Amino acid sequence: MIQLKDINKTYYNGAPLHVLKGINLDIAKGEFVSIMGASGSGKSTLLNILGILDNYDTGEYYLNGTLIKNLSETRAAEYRNRMIGFIFQSFNLISFKNAVENVALPLFYQGVSRKKRNTLAMEYLDRLGLKDWAHHMPNEMSGGQKQRVAIARALITRPQIILADEPTGALDSKTSVEVMQILKDLHQTGMTIVVVTHESGVANQTDKIIHIKDGVIGTIEENLNHDASPFGRDGFMK
Amino acid sequence: MIDLWQEIYGTLRRNKLRTFLTGFAVAWGIFMLIVLLGAGNGLIHAFEQNASERALNSIRIFQGWTTKPYDGLKEGRRIQLDNRDLDDTERLFPDHVESAGATLSQSSMDISYGAEYVNLSLLGVYPNYIEVEAVKTAGGRFVNQTDIKERRKVIVLHKKSADVLFGKTHTSPYGKFVRAGGVAYQVVGLYNDEGSSEPSQAFIPFTTLQTIYNKGDKLNSIIFTTKGLTDEAKNEAFEADYRRVIGQNHRFDPTDDGAIWIWNRFTNYLQTQNAMGILRTAIWVIGIFTLLSGIVGVSNIMLITVRERTHEFGIRKALGAKPRSILWLIIVESVTITTVFGYVGMVAGIGVTEWMNVAFGSQNVDNGMFQVQMFSDPTVDLRIAIQATVTLIVAGTLAGFFPARKATKIRPIEALRAD
Repeated sequence: MIQLKDINKTYYNGAPLHVLKGINLDIAKGEFVSIMGASGSGKSTLLNILGILDNYDTGEYYLNGTLIKNLSETRAAEYRNRMIGFIFQSFNLISFKNAVENVALPLFYQGVSRKKRNTLAMEYLDRLGLKDWAHHMPNEMSGGQKQRVAIARALITRPQIILADEPTGALDSKTSVEVMQILKDLHQTGMTIVVVTHESGVANQTDKIIHIKDGVIGTIEENLNHDASPFGRDGFMK
Repeated sequence: MIDLWQEIYGTLRRNKLRTFLTGFAVAWGIFMLIVLLGAGNGLIHAFEQNASERALNSIRIFQGWTTKPYDGLKEGRRIQLDNRDLDDTERLFPDHVESAGATLSQSSMDISYGAEYVNLSLLGVYPNYIEVEAVKTAGGRFVNQTDIKERRKVIVLHKKSADVLFGKTHTSPYGKFVRAGGVAYQVVGLYNDEGSSEPSQAFIPFTTLQTIYNKGDKLNSIIFTTKGLTDEAKNEAFEADYRRVIGQNHRFDPTDDGAIWIWNRFTNYLQTQNAMGILRTAIWVIGIFTLLSGIVGVSNIMLITVRERTHEFGIRKALGAKPRSILWLIIVESVTITTVFGYVGMVAGIGVTEWMNVAFGSQNVDNGMFQVQMFSDPTVDLRIAIQATVTLIVAGTLAGFFPARKATKIRPIEALRAD
């Protein structure tokens, strides 16, 4: 599904900063992967490149067999819309739109009719247990509810991968568990999910943990037994 | 499309005061443009109306003093026009002179009928006088060719003079005889002119006046209508020829502009038209610049909006918004503000011009000797209103375009990071 070959990325803000130093990575279809690292390790940059929000300098990135390189902004927008679902730490809901409108927004950019996309959005909200909150504005909802709206929004286009950037970073421990459970359930349905986090507890919920440090991939550990580490016991993470 | 309007309505509603202030600048700009154009049109219409009452293809020749020595004669010599000049005008310029006539006046005459009298000057004229000057027959007839030929003692009085002479006795003036210094003239017609407050003239045939008052072959001015003088160059060439002919008659330098005065209505008209053109341009320039300040305001606000919404645009881009759809969103918003408020300004402006039309639509200025209409129909036609609307839409697009392009150029990752 995802194939990275020798990806390099340097930021030129004042002094050049070599953030990614030759990343090689394969993520197969249906995998539930987390990328772990300290701040400044390059994990967010990597996720941005995976999400076609940022470009890289050298190397090759294949997403579902398509080479993602030097795309025009219009093509990139199209790929993001059809292939990738984003979940952000700060939810990134549009504040003056209610839940349904937020969820339906990606379909607007696909040119789906208003009626059809609102029906579909209601369906997804229902699936995440937010049917009663459909017409509430984001500032009337709790963090967990907002993140569930964001997940519904990420799912509505039936993307090939879900990219989650610190999905529990702004949530308390109880809602964190709920959100991770949703992601796990999604994984059960065969979705490919990549989570970026610096919390061991969150990473422990995933099947594969990729450690990244100073722009290079350190160890990749298989983590099929979620209860093995003390962080993951009983599903508590914080 | 409905979604687009909803988004725009949403953003505008969140910033009511800002939207209003921006819109006000645009409305004010277009309002000023319309009012200025309306006022300018008032002046231009009045001028054209004044011009239309006189024959444009007419020339009047007045006598003057020489300013250059010529043929052994000193400068400062008075030139006295006479019948020979009038004959030459008709005889030597058959291609360009349609009908020629002359005027001659006898001032301060007491004209009486019974016990009533008026003091005015007699003006000897040819029939063409009525075509060339702003004089209208108000009853009866004007001086005609037979009057000239037979030197008839007929008179055309101003309507107000006739009121004084015949008003008290309630007699019809036509066919009655009035006395002027021992001579009886038969009243054949009345005339009216635009707004002359003191009706100080009465018209009699030129030849009659010249004979009765011993003027010899002298005359005061030559009046003629022209043909075939369609542009400025032809008029100038004709004037030069004419000066040469009269110059030969009276021995003055053909380049001496002071010897005779040529009052050419056509070239005057062209000059005034030029001035009107400049006025019109000036009004457009002032109006457009006022409008421009409004447009810059809109552009400015759109820049701020783009900055404020950068994060939102980042989210939209991450979800798959193409640059074009973001561009479109901002431009439509900008066009909406400018068009809606521009339209308000335009309607207000048209309202004010209509009010001006009612209040001083046909205002006359009395300068003591005669009245001139200074202001007439100060409104703008629909075409200009439409032009202004199109200008607004174009301006709105331009005002939105640069901020919009800025918004699309921000990379999604930077937009998401912005707060």
